[in-house]
Amino acid sequence: MNQRYTRTAISLHWLIALGLAGAFALGVYMHDLPLSPTKLQLYSWHKWAGITLLLLILVRLAWRLTHPAPALPASMAPALRLLTHAAHGLLYLLMIAIPLSGWLMSSAKGFQTVWFGVLPLPDLLGKDAALGDLLKNVHQTLNFTLLFLVVGHAAAAFKHHFIDKDDILTRMLPDHLRKA
Amino acid sequence: MNKTLVAFALAAALPFAAHAAEYQQIQTDKSAINFVYKQMGVSMDGHFRKFAAQLSFDPAKPAAAKAILDVDLASVDAGSSDADQEIAGKQWFNTKAFPTAHFESGSVKALGNNRYEVAGKLTIKGRTQDIVAPATFTPQGNSGVFDGSFTLRRGDFAIGEGGWSAFDIVANDIQVKFRITASSTARSTATSGK
Repeated sequence: MNQRYTRTAISLHWLIALGLAGAFALGVYMHDLPLSPTKLQLYSWHKWAGITLLLLILVRLAWRLTHPAPALPASMAPALRLLTHAAHGLLYLLMIAIPLSGWLMSSAKGFQTVWFGVLPLPDLLGKDAALGDLLKNVHQTLNFTLLFLVVGHAAAAFKHHFIDKDDILTRMLPDHLRKA
Repeated sequence: MNKTLVAFALAAALPFAAHAAEYQQIQTDKSAINFVYKQMGVSMDGHFRKFAAQLSFDPAKPAAAKAILDVDLASVDAGSSDADQEIAGKQWFNTKAFPTAHFESGSVKALGNNRYEVAGKLTIKGRTQDIVAPATFTPQGNSGVFDGSFTLRRGDFAIGEGGWSAFDIVANDIQVKFRITASSTARSTATSGK
């Protein structure tokens, strides 16, 4: 029986977790700074990070679809299993929708995204101030929904580890941490 | 009418009246001053909503052509309201002290095929620089369209001082594109009525 995640899945999980936390914190910090060179720089970095994360998430999704996750503990109630699968599905959905909404917002606001200042991404929408403001709200709402889910995700992992005392948390940890 | 008489007299007085369509009346609704700037590799478009131009251009006598342009710098649209406010401020155009950009042509050279080279002095923020802009002229019925562009280095005019003076975030080179549409005046009426 497949008891643990593959090394690739574990790496992608933590790399993306770290990236999302960084991009989220940066987004919260930068969004109402007064216009300055620093602000423009932070916005560019945030957008580059977002597109990089989108790519990583697509790779991760492809990996997940071709490498099934280890089974949930047999002791879990069917309703809880369903909730778990729904939450994981929603996490994936949000991780794709969030960078996409940021990309669309940039297009609508008239600031093209140029990945690492080198690769211009096509503008998926024409410039439209009202649509830009709407997409800003969408981007923000999706982010806080993700934050809420991530908190629940972490709480569930800790509950499995400390209360149920199963391997749900440790099977997503890198090798050298798992033995502890 | 008087106008016709004057036109006739002018046409008669000029040896090359047949070619003497002089373009003077600016059609502001068909004219534009646009620019493209780069912000961390991202191309941004902007334009000025208000400007005034005085022109006298006769394709037969390009050397005698004259163009004066005054651009209302506070009418800038740099792509976002944040940017518009910032650019009007002290570190950029400082529009309170320097409300207009002024261009006055010096020499106009014909390069053939309706292409010209317009040299002149551009004054922004109290600083004057020589600029040279290639332009094309396209006659369209009773009017003519001048299209041209040149690269303005914002550093030459202290546009973007302080924290903005480095060019790593907002590049130094700004591509300025102009389109001036002018209709020809009385003399061309005389010519076409010939």
